[in-house]
Amino acid sequence: MKKSLMMAGFLAATTAAAQEKPVLTVYTYDSFVSEWGPGPQVETAFEAECGCDLRFVAAGDGAALLSRVLLEGESTEADVVLGLDTNLTATAAASGLFAEHGQAATEFDLPVDWVDPHFLPYDWGYFAFVYDRTKVADAPTDFEALAASDLTIVIQDPRSSTPGLGLLLWVKAAYGDRAGEIWSALADNIVTVTPGWSEAYGMFLEGEADLVLSYTTSPAYHLIAEGDDTKAAAAFSEGNYLQVEVAGKLAGSDQGELADRFLAFMVTDAFQSVIPETNWMYPAVTPEAGLPTGFETLVIPEKALLVPAADAAALRDTALSEWQTALSR
Amino acid sequence: MADRAQPLSLPLRVGAGAAAALVLALTLGTLGAVLLRAGGASALGAADWAALRFTLTQAFVSAALSVLLAIPVARALARRRFPGRGILITLLGAPFILPVIVAVMGILTIFGRSGLVNDGLAALGFGRISIYGFHGVVLAHVFFNLPLAVRLLLQGWLAIPAERFRLSAALGFRPGDIARHLERPMLRALLPGIFVTIFLICLTSFAVALTLGGGPKATTIELAIYQAFRFDFDLGRAATLAAMQLLLCAIAAGTAMRFSLPSGFGAGLDRPVARWDAGAATLILQDAAVLTLGAAFLLAPLAAIALAGLPQLAGLPAPVWHAALRSLGVALGSTAFALALALPLALAVAQRRRADLLESLGMLPLATSSLILGTGLFLLLRPIASPGDLALPVTALVNATMALPFILRALIPAARDAHEGYGRLADSLGLAGVARLRLLTLPRLRRPLGFAAGLTAALSMGDLGVIALFADGERATLPLQLYRLMGAYRMADAAGAAVLLLALSLGLFWIFDRGGRADADA
Repeated sequence: MKKSLMMAGFLAATTAAAQEKPVLTVYTYDSFVSEWGPGPQVETAFEAECGCDLRFVAAGDGAALLSRVLLEGESTEADVVLGLDTNLTATAAASGLFAEHGQAATEFDLPVDWVDPHFLPYDWGYFAFVYDRTKVADAPTDFEALAASDLTIVIQDPRSSTPGLGLLLWVKAAYGDRAGEIWSALADNIVTVTPGWSEAYGMFLEGEADLVLSYTTSPAYHLIAEGDDTKAAAAFSEGNYLQVEVAGKLAGSDQGELADRFLAFMVTDAFQSVIPETNWMYPAVTPEAGLPTGFETLVIPEKALLVPAADAAALRDTALSEWQTALSR
Repeated sequence: MADRAQPLSLPLRVGAGAAAALVLALTLGTLGAVLLRAGGASALGAADWAALRFTLTQAFVSAALSVLLAIPVARALARRRFPGRGILITLLGAPFILPVIVAVMGILTIFGRSGLVNDGLAALGFGRISIYGFHGVVLAHVFFNLPLAVRLLLQGWLAIPAERFRLSAALGFRPGDIARHLERPMLRALLPGIFVTIFLICLTSFAVALTLGGGPKATTIELAIYQAFRFDFDLGRAATLAAMQLLLCAIAAGTAMRFSLPSGFGAGLDRPVARWDAGAATLILQDAAVLTLGAAFLLAPLAAIALAGLPQLAGLPAPVWHAALRSLGVALGSTAFALALALPLALAVAQRRRADLLESLGMLPLATSSLILGTGLFLLLRPIASPGDLALPVTALVNATMALPFILRALIPAARDAHEGYGRLADSLGLAGVARLRLLTLPRLRRPLGFAAGLTAALSMGDLGVIALFADGERATLPLQLYRLMGAYRMADAAGAAVLLLALSLGLFWIFDRGGRADADA
């Protein structure tokens, strides 16, 4: 059995090598390459125009992806890394492994101005607490209202989950020095803290908590894929924190030109139109045909919060220890 | 002289040596690779020590409770015969082989905030109880590990020769006497090893502890490793924490050995066991109550998983079925590999009078952080081949190594008994080599071998393991596909995939385990 598996591995390796086409290796997070993510459609679309073989390599989530690239260092096979967010880009840029993207200025449809020499956004979303309209009549309108209510929430651990880290910076960005106080007030609302998004969202759907930390775009899945309009996201008056997902090319890539073409392709309709109904996020550049029907029902927060990438790295250690102290009591 | 250990035969020495070397490479070797890449160890902070305290406390309580509760359940199973007993034994093993996320969901359906127990309490006018906290962590760990403890203890009970029960009946032993003369020596021999095994499993727990622990106070060492690795990008601290975990393992295994004594029942003629002592009505009632409670605790969450997923099963997307086939391949490969590793190790250990270093070595994989193992392996293999191409064979290999401690727990006592009981006879007959393996060793080990093979196959089937670090889009296993479904909001499909996974794992377990006791009356 093992032998035949190994044979299969070697065969796969040799057939890949036998093809004359150049190979572009893109490291990304696991849910991007899954059958239900954007990966398969993006691969087909790009290969149709690049005359190359686009190969995705998956590594956990955004943070795991960065650890993988840092681990491999200069010897990495990656030509492009796709799937970091602004909480990670400073560390990524500081590693010196990434080249400047060198793309012409693009008109991004982001709630914030985008200036970053290394990384280009491909999608974004607002973090938000998602609830069931039929069960929660009065959704909270800010963290203080949530903390004062009897509503229960399930959140993700910032140490092991990207949304968890987003929430940490959200509270920090909104409340600054009062962040610890907010967390103490929230402590009795928090049912539990999960290692990742999937556990938390699953628990919410099973009725373990009234609200779950997710995205304002989450209700779109239930509406479009399941015809269920009971889910809604709460816009907070402090503003909702943004997640901007980006890609960058590696300085040591031996396919620099292909990598540039991929980054240019990334902000075109062929890539961007796949995003809303696979990644369930907003595309960085709204496709010509607009967003899918159903997205117009989503709540749009009045204010978008985002800690600049350069500050995020410095802020998160303080924010984490405040979070830990408040919730460990 | 029984005390003078026979020198091990050459093939045995080579086999055990190779197995030991592989275990060392995958545990200490991978840790070394990570340390080397990090450029040295880093100091630990106050939070790390807090994590250590929490980890030790919850692991100790979880292991103690699992073992204590397992004794009455295993005893009841050992002395009762009833229709459906075989199926019950197989089903009771299920929690141990479930992927964590699936099991946690099942537990929550029963014990969660809007679970069955709380709905029942509310209907009766009582307040709702919260599962989240230290007690929740312990409850979940008992749910996972009680089945393992029951099965290992049951092996111990079934290994007491029928002749001993016959003799005790002839001597007019009452249940108390049986407990003192037969059951306690058996427990004395097995419990320390089982306790340490479960202690070590709980030591490396991360998702269960965090999800049910209710917050960052339930931080375990494994979570601290995750934090060091992917939040702080501090490989050195991750490696230091992993080394601490291995050190704890060595101390725990060493302590267990000091307390472990061989039971020395001698050999029997393998007659069916008749229990003249168990006929009293109070005992029957007691066993019935124990089995009902145990089965309800372990099977209710499984039933919840099955009910949620069964309707989705037929409509599962094709990639899930492909992943299931891939996982079956990995599980079978892993099983073959694990047995090839475990058999020489177990036989070598059994031929020594007392437990020794080799036996502790077999426990090391238990305390190995899967993140460090995967990362280290990745660093070691990368210069040789593309990790994605090796994803499936590497997963099979790692799963086999991870199952080794459980296999050894099952095999070593039986191998020891076979050696004590028949070793001298076999020596005097000059029975050696393949003939000895075929005529003596394998038949004597048949039951634990079947159990071990089933356990490995099922564990491998359900383990997310290192595949997450190595896989690409096309080579997902069933557990990985399940996580991907959840990550894509497809919770209903994920529930269907969970049932498929549960069915395949249990099926594999049942086939192997059944094969191992084809001649048993059970």
